[in-house]
Amino acid sequence: MKKGNIFKRIFLFYYEGFKNMTVGKKLWTIIIIKLFIMFVILKIFFFRDFLDEKFETDNEKGDYVIEQLTNPKNINND
Amino acid sequence: MIEHIDSALVDWSRAQFALTALYHWLFVPLTLGITFIIAFMETLYVKTGDPEWKKITKFWMTLFGINFAIGVSTGIILEFEFGTNWSNYSWFVGDIFGAPLAIEGIMAFFMESTFIAIMFFGWNKVSKKFHLLSTWLVAIGSNLSALWILIANGWMQSPVGMHFNPDTARNEMLDFLEVFLSPVGINKFLHTITSSYVLASVFVIGVSAWFLLKGREQLLAKRSIIIAAVFGLVSSLFLIYTGDGSAYQVAQKQPMKLAAMEGLYEGSEGAGLILLGMPTPGKEINDGQDDYVFKFEIPKLLSFLGYRNADAFVPGVKDIVEGGFEYEDKNGEIQIALSAMEKIEMGKLAINALSSYKKAKKVDDVVIQEESLIIFRENFKYFGYGFLNDPKSIIPNVPITFYSFHIMVALGFYFILIFALVLVFVFKGKLSNKKWLLRLAIITVPLAFIASLSGWIVAEVGRQPWTIQDLLPTVASVSQIDASAVQITFWLFTLVFTALLIAELKIMFKQIKIGPKEGGH
Repeated sequence: MKKGNIFKRIFLFYYEGFKNMTVGKKLWTIIIIKLFIMFVILKIFFFRDFLDEKFETDNEKGDYVIEQLTNPKNINND
Repeated sequence: MIEHIDSALVDWSRAQFALTALYHWLFVPLTLGITFIIAFMETLYVKTGDPEWKKITKFWMTLFGINFAIGVSTGIILEFEFGTNWSNYSWFVGDIFGAPLAIEGIMAFFMESTFIAIMFFGWNKVSKKFHLLSTWLVAIGSNLSALWILIANGWMQSPVGMHFNPDTARNEMLDFLEVFLSPVGINKFLHTITSSYVLASVFVIGVSAWFLLKGREQLLAKRSIIIAAVFGLVSSLFLIYTGDGSAYQVAQKQPMKLAAMEGLYEGSEGAGLILLGMPTPGKEINDGQDDYVFKFEIPKLLSFLGYRNADAFVPGVKDIVEGGFEYEDKNGEIQIALSAMEKIEMGKLAINALSSYKKAKKVDDVVIQEESLIIFRENFKYFGYGFLNDPKSIIPNVPITFYSFHIMVALGFYFILIFALVLVFVFKGKLSNKKWLLRLAIITVPLAFIASLSGWIVAEVGRQPWTIQDLLPTVASVSQIDASAVQITFWLFTLVFTALLIAELKIMFKQIKIGPKEGGH
């Protein structure tokens, strides 16, 4: 690789690497689809943070969890 | 309110987490082990300059790339689940999990974006030695990445180095080194990575055996078999050592898990290790039935392995529920074990004291606050028991734990036999003629995954009902969400992960059929 701007060299390193891939292209397609499903579909629509959604501050979250933990009377755990 | 949580929500949340973790673990161990095998091969290439070693290295690197690409980020789902389905747990563990997982995330990101790129794209672009260094760093980095996850898991099995803050309901790290150097976590890490080396060795031998059966790539196959069998054999010996260390830790910290692993209901002095056996189906404590339908055991070995004393008393399930037996605590003093009922009562005292403390704090009653905190701290050790009502609910699923443990151990010794046999025949130059052994080596590949998954089933099913040993039971860890929402994501994951697995197998098989070739990956 020719010496030159470090950022350009890094860019070209990755660019040429991806360009010359054989089996890798199919894999990258799978990776991108997978990441899309995980971070766009699953995270946004199915996996919102339960406490973040309900409460704004850490104090509120802590109070809620303590309330949960100190009222365990009728848990069906037998 | 927590009292509305039904068992369906807990069961579906557990099923979902188990499904995600087990699928994730299908990809991880091969990555952990094969990277070292590739590093050995490339080292030989750099040392000898033999282009055949380069060809061999690149072939296995391509298979590693397939596994890595399909498996990467599947673990992220587990973190999503912590926030959504296990919010009480996530909040309760506080920064104990945050620190190791953050280190793991940063380490994985830098390793994956730099050294893996050099490993795959850097042939002919960086020097041979720098490329080799990158390959070694990928191997070491991926294993270190696993270290942080397993330290976090080890803390759940044996929580140390923290202080519970009653104002925030979170555990706060007091001593990073105590968490990091926890014997449970360290043993778990060493046992897990060595088992992954064995799995990867079995994989390399299996694929190479297929080439030999087909009469193809003889040199690649034989060289790969030598590297993998030696690595597998050495790793197996270390695996036995780390397995012993893990079992010792289980005996000290999670005696109920040990009892379940061995199907031991009635404890005894000089307890034997079950070599082969069948626990009595439907067995319960004090039901008058024998522990086993049949068993072959090595006398006194369980006592020796668990307590380093062939005559030591190993408590069974019944003993742990009923208490009353003598044991040595961490200071070497003899103590009488409490019954589960006594621990439940202490747990309830801790929960009530926490509740009183919070109420007293609201009205600024300092005296009640201090009194409550004293009671809370005295009983916090058994906080999790306060969520239970029936002493028998501390018993995990004994048959699943027993069979998973014995399958794992039996397969571990079987792999040693396979490694030894292929090494003997490859050095004698007769391996290509031993068709039965080659076929056996191929069949052994899925068995290595079964052994690896069985290990995790022992670790996680065996520690039920706890998410954090003695401090938080699974039933109190879940978020109050609709069970049907968990069901939907369970089936969604089943679909996505099965698709990924099929993709992996399809691409992997195709690439193996193509075999090694010059050029890119």
